[in-house]
Amino acid sequence: MSLLELSAVTAFYGPSQALFGVDLAVEEGEVVALMGRNGMGKTTTIRAICRLLPIREGSIRLDGRDIRALPSFRVARMGVGLVPEGRRCFPNLTVEENLLAAARPGEWDMPRVMRLFPALAPRRGQMAASLSGGEQQMLAIGRALMTNPRLLLLDEATEGLAPVVRQEIWAAISRLKSETGLGIVVVDKSLRELRTVADRGVILARGRTVWEGGFDRLDEDLTSRYLGV
Amino acid sequence: MSREAVLNGVIALGLLAVPLWAWAADEPFVITLATRVAILALAGVGLNIALGLGGLVSFGHAAFFGIGGYAMGILASHAQSYEPLMEWPVLIEGTRSMPVIWLVAVVASALAALVIGALSLRTSGVYFIMITLAFAQMLYYFTISWPAYGGEDGLSIYLRNSFPGLNTLDPIQFFAICYAILLAALFFTARLAKSPFGLALAAARQNAARVEAVGIRPYRVRLVAFVISAALTGLAGALFADLNRFVSPAMFGWNISGEIMVLVILGGVARLFGPVAGAALFILLENVLGGISEYWQVFLGLLLLGVVLFARGGLVGLIAGREATHD
Repeated sequence: MSLLELSAVTAFYGPSQALFGVDLAVEEGEVVALMGRNGMGKTTTIRAICRLLPIREGSIRLDGRDIRALPSFRVARMGVGLVPEGRRCFPNLTVEENLLAAARPGEWDMPRVMRLFPALAPRRGQMAASLSGGEQQMLAIGRALMTNPRLLLLDEATEGLAPVVRQEIWAAISRLKSETGLGIVVVDKSLRELRTVADRGVILARGRTVWEGGFDRLDEDLTSRYLGV
Repeated sequence: MSREAVLNGVIALGLLAVPLWAWAADEPFVITLATRVAILALAGVGLNIALGLGGLVSFGHAAFFGIGGYAMGILASHAQSYEPLMEWPVLIEGTRSMPVIWLVAVVASALAALVIGALSLRTSGVYFIMITLAFAQMLYYFTISWPAYGGEDGLSIYLRNSFPGLNTLDPIQFFAICYAILLAALFFTARLAKSPFGLALAAARQNAARVEAVGIRPYRVRLVAFVISAALTGLAGALFADLNRFVSPAMFGWNISGEIMVLVILGGVARLFGPVAGAALFILLENVLGGISEYWQVFLGLLLLGVVLFARGGLVGLIAGREATHD
């Protein structure tokens, strides 16, 4: 039984259909790269998993349990941690308060988050709104980890960041992979880093899963056709 | 120590010093004014949990202020008349004991807030404001048409209720009780704001969807905050009724909800000592400007406009700066 399993998921934004049949499976301890060009349904899929967007057809199972009817806070409590696109911390809470607000009992606590992202330690008492983009991203990941998830969803975690900060984020994801049993879904455009970190890739095109497999099978034809690389 | 912490200390000491001076100078009226400040500040501290921490613009906190007042009025009037409140299925008699009255006021206000909050928190914005106002107005009209407890005329209590070891008829001793409760409420609020619950409440105010994504149900957090907020305001209502030895439907009036909100805004929304500073300023203006003109509220309105437009952190924010805010 997979940790997460999406089967033929369809979803709509109002009258507009955004997902036409997404299939995705993530095992415990596995990093899966969710790829595709802009507007192909990657963020929508992440939102559907978190129940931030209702799905019309298909099923989403977490540990074999259908979570379609659950509200988003219950899905989060079941162990789904979201790092949303655009970072989105609580701007008028301090770093420490952002982390404490999300804290749930488990292995992840404040010192462990600070060890993963040492740059946050000297900023503990600083308002999130006054952090740099990279620090806010680290805080967003740290906040998701404080919920002690079993599945971590990273939506464009390195977008718009300086190269040196992006490397820090990728290094942190690698550490999460090697040191924890977290299932991780990464949405990102950096194919080079995804190849290094992810175990498998899934490509979405026009709201459908069109390919999935190991990166050794991802040839030039596929990348140029579906990823525009 | 931050500038706001120093200012808070000054406000707390100032509110203590004025009645002590009045006691030494034999000015009981000033002690009564300081007691009013402490009680209204307590009501404001209650509202500030919902409004400041939770961003819940309740325009119906008079409901809880009035419930607290009537808890005192009903229990004390039965003790006064030696008629039991209820004989069947259990005998419930009236009481003059302040701690018992406070407990009843807090529980009754909290239960009312649980019902009102459970319904009104399903809405937001202007609808939430209107529903809370509607509940308060319902209670206002209910008490007007409740002849058993004085109807429109209200209830007079001949003697102030008792507190073990103190003479509550002595203004300075009654002030001491109100002041101690206010300090306890401020301490509680400060701890609440820094607790995981308080942080979740502040986070829900900033973005409810983001809070859900970390496994917190904003509705429940807000409901608990609303109940705590109402309980403190209800306690203030019981003290206010004891101060005046009188309770009437006016305690449920929309203008009371407005006054509590005005003093929170004047002092500083989400600032710990904002309601205390606001209540002190409110009572000061009422007595100084009220002595000059019966239209003193025109000046209060102008001041409120000034605060809203130019000093969003209220009096506390103006003096202590904005750095400590969580709004």
